[in-house]
Amino acid sequence: MLVVERHARVYRRTWRGSVISTFANPILYLLAMGLGLGSLVDQGGGSVQLDHDYLTWLAPGLLAAATMMTATGESLYPVMAGMKWNKYYSDALSTPVSTHDLVVGHFGWLTLRVLFTAVVFSGVMVTFGSIGFSRVLLVIPPSVLAGLAFAGPVTAYAARLEKETGLSAVFRFVITPLFLFSGIFFPIEQLPDWMEPIAYATPLWHGVELTRASALGIETALHPAVHIAVMVAFLAVGAAIANRLFHKRLVV
Amino acid sequence: MTEPLVCASNLTKHFGDFVAVDSVDFSVKPGEVFGFLGPNGAGKSSTMKMIGAVSPVTDGALTVFGLDPDQDGPAIRGRLGVVPQDNLLDTELTVFENLFIYGRYFDLPKPVIRDRIDELLDFAQLGERRNDLVEPLSGGMKRRLTIARALINQPDLMLLDEPTTGLDPQARHALWDRLYRLKQQGVTLIITTHYMDEAEQLCDRLVVMDKGKIVAEGSPQELIERYATREVVELRFPIGETPGEDKLDGLAKRIEALPDRTLLYTDNAEQSLLDLNERPLPIESTIVRRATLEDVFLRLTGRTLVD
Repeated sequence: MLVVERHARVYRRTWRGSVISTFANPILYLLAMGLGLGSLVDQGGGSVQLDHDYLTWLAPGLLAAATMMTATGESLYPVMAGMKWNKYYSDALSTPVSTHDLVVGHFGWLTLRVLFTAVVFSGVMVTFGSIGFSRVLLVIPPSVLAGLAFAGPVTAYAARLEKETGLSAVFRFVITPLFLFSGIFFPIEQLPDWMEPIAYATPLWHGVELTRASALGIETALHPAVHIAVMVAFLAVGAAIANRLFHKRLVV
Repeated sequence: MTEPLVCASNLTKHFGDFVAVDSVDFSVKPGEVFGFLGPNGAGKSSTMKMIGAVSPVTDGALTVFGLDPDQDGPAIRGRLGVVPQDNLLDTELTVFENLFIYGRYFDLPKPVIRDRIDELLDFAQLGERRNDLVEPLSGGMKRRLTIARALINQPDLMLLDEPTTGLDPQARHALWDRLYRLKQQGVTLIITTHYMDEAEQLCDRLVVMDKGKIVAEGSPQELIERYATREVVELRFPIGETPGEDKLDGLAKRIEALPDRTLLYTDNAEQSLLDLNERPLPIESTIVRRATLEDVFLRLTGRTLVD
């Protein structure tokens, strides 16, 4: 908990930049993709039809993607900073704080950050009329879980990263492809058949499915428990590995 | 009553195949200032990290406050004040916040921390920089802040790893003054240094480390008496004209020829100078000084203390 407090204090000084992007990103995406592109999509004509207007259908997927982005960023740069840049991890370890406390603090703070992103994003969704007040609270838990599912493995990855170039590589080679092909912009049934199983294996698709189902009140592709289990597994395994790697790297 | 605060026997630290600390024995009594003196790579910092319960002991026994760092790490760290070699201040936070968060890591109640911060900023002469970010502070200020921060939990033992390395002379003296005050308040200090003058100024007792081993132990004065003479005459000769040792024979108890100068170890510098005058040597300059720990180190390791 004490480590969470440290992160909160740092955030108190750097919040302006991230708050603006937390608000601006959903507005920009919903305007461009939801309303702009959506107006074309809704006129239809294609071989596949959605049961909802595009904005309504798209927004929950973007919400899950937003928590993924926040969680990934917050699991990369602050961890790298703690390990290498300003080394506050080693610093904290000279006090009674343990590496386990550092890991717990990291995930604790991350949960708050992701929750904040989810709340802001769903607030913007309400403003755009893509979701009603009755359902808005339902989309927060699945989207937060989607973010945490990324936080686990990404933290473990960052814990042993030596070079800065490895940070942007995550966005370039993992996050961007997932963002495009995890059922956010179109149902994954539209993908070539061989690509569909890949989507099943990534936490984002599960997060998108669950968040969208909660928003629209529709059935999920798989049993909801399966979606939840996959994401929890990513979080739990990632966090456990991160816990070991923190100890291995910092206690020498 | 005089149970040692820190006790090490056959203490050893390996990093892979590299032996950083090679079976050392020492103990630190309450209230004293204990020094580890040696060049970079001698194993001083590794020893400090083991005492600080952040780096596991490879072999041998170590107790701190009578506790085992392996088992009771958090309990030991709760009573330590650590000043690492590189300041490790949280550059994303202000001076006040650095102190505050550090205090929170010790789980101290917030009002207690606030009161202590006022005192500590006073002690570190940083009251005016309270709400400034840490990054633009000078080296001396950062060092004082790091020391102040290490005091937030009112430690029984402070570990200072090269406290004045990289500081200008003024800042060093200011820092020595602060450390001396702590000593007078009864805080036990363990410092590492590669500065002879620092060790002589601050330490009650010290060990000289070289290549992971302890090569001598005692008070600065004892070490100088044991391994050097009272006075030293430093001679410089023109380049290429340094005389062979036979030409200097009998002038002093011991003669040490260094690349840039020749040292005569003598108990009576005046007599040595008189004797020197009677020999036709092309001396460029002569300095008489009292022996320092540098001479002890030279004697023990056969080389000057450079990094």
